Amino acid sequence: MNIFNIIGPVMIGPSSSHTAGAARIGRVAYKLLDDVPVKAEIGLCGSFAETYKGHGTDKALLAGIMNMRTDDKRICAAREIAESSGLEYRFYTTQMKGAHPNTAIIHLWGASGKECSLQGASVGGGNIEIRSVNGMTVEFNAESNTLLVLHKDVKGTIAQVTEKVAAMGMNIGDFRSSRPVKGRDALMTIEIDESMHSGEVESLRSLPNVINVVLVKALS
Amino acid sequence: MEFESIKDLRETAENEKLTIAELTLREQAAQIECTEEEVYREMLQRLHVMQDAIRSGQVEGSRSISGITGGDGIRMSQYAGTEGLMGHFFNHALSNAISVAEYNATMGKIVASPTAGSCGILPGTVIAMMEEKKLPEEAAVMGLFTAGAIGLVIAKNASLAGAEGGCQAECGSAAAMAAAALVEMAGGSPRMAANACAMAIKNQLGLVCDPVAGLVEVPCVKRNAGGVAIAFTAAEMALAGIESVIPVDEVIDAMQQVGDSLPCALRETGQGGLAATPTGVQIRKDVFGESQKGTE
Repeated sequence: MNIFNIIGPVMIGPSSSHTAGAARIGRVAYKLLDDVPVKAEIGLCGSFAETYKGHGTDKALLAGIMNMRTDDKRICAAREIAESSGLEYRFYTTQMKGAHPNTAIIHLWGASGKECSLQGASVGGGNIEIRSVNGMTVEFNAESNTLLVLHKDVKGTIAQVTEKVAAMGMNIGDFRSSRPVKGRDALMTIEIDESMHSGEVESLRSLPNVINVVLVKALS
Repeated sequence: MEFESIKDLRETAENEKLTIAELTLREQAAQIECTEEEVYREMLQRLHVMQDAIRSGQVEGSRSISGITGGDGIRMSQYAGTEGLMGHFFNHALSNAISVAEYNATMGKIVASPTAGSCGILPGTVIAMMEEKKLPEEAAVMGLFTAGAIGLVIAKNASLAGAEGGCQAECGSAAAMAAAALVEMAGGSPRMAANACAMAIKNQLGLVCDPVAGLVEVPCVKRNAGGVAIAFTAAEMALAGIESVIPVDEVIDAMQQVGDSLPCALRETGQGGLAATPTGVQIRKDVFGESQKGTE
């Protein structure tokens, strides 16, 4: 944390958690899709569902999906901008047992056929946590470039992935591994200090026992 | 360098013969790996966003999205012209705070300082002080560094979020940050700034977060004005040489403990306090209907 987290962020009001955080969750979905979004289905849970109209949470989520930052004055007109730019959207309210009170579920489709989904929570002060990506349970805040590596739970897989990342000249700032069942599919969440291009992501994807790799670029 | 406590911050400033603001500018530049000039410029931009928000919040006929607030910033500004009871300075300060908090509720662009709900308190104090005392812009920017330094310690040792600590954590922290900033802008010592911080928090200890309809409007807008009054009160006492009997870091710890013991209904859930009054409940129904659930 630094002084600009305290005297900041600069943001469109009224609420750091219900507006700024919502825009940031939307923007992670945009980065995850890595395509021009043409269709969005957005679920609002808990407090988001209760108060979204008064906080502009819907507009902020949609603005984020269109890659707007928290201080973008166009957030207020996000619905109109989506309509005029050909982004079809639908909001629904829902309940999720055990979810953080400020949770959004976003499903996106892109112009070139890409598709992604995520669940994110706005945890206060505009900070967010992504809790699931494409159905996989994760935990990251998108402050750094984040690699999500779905792989088979086979001996040595983690070592070969991290070795490859190191060989690319990159430093790992944080690393988490989750494995719902021993010997089945597992997930690495790797935060890196540097940026990674699509060729490098592809080379990780081609490693043995790696099923898929997704890069979520930092929000900045 | 991260400061563990306000005492640590104050003693370091005293030993190095710097103001809290100067020390903070230097330390933050090192932490973010930028030059002091770059960090200063970034803060200057934030001051300008605050100034724009004051102006934009005083547009005739402006209302929040929900329609429950708006128009009081401009009303206060007109009243300030009459001198009121406490003179132009004080009412100008209140007008700044109300205008920014109202502008926030219209989906205006603001600086969360430390939060969106308390975004009017620094514009209400630091900018009013600069304008009324005809101080250079630099004095206000440095005031924001003083305020930020205090906020960093409070964030570390207590909380800045209403959902965790109640309104004392938001408007209380903002008033404490502002009080210290006012002291340094007036030429007071780091010791005085630390005492101002303590006295501001003491006067808001236990303040609950009870937003009507869960929105950052009622009572938030007016609590920004109240936070300004407490910041000036604390700063004036500190500049007079009055000290807090309870040391500032113990006051911050007390705020954390009080926040932990607040029931959930009084921590930003919109279920207790003013939100649960008959009028508060009625406003919720008027704004959202019985329920806004379902697909649109």
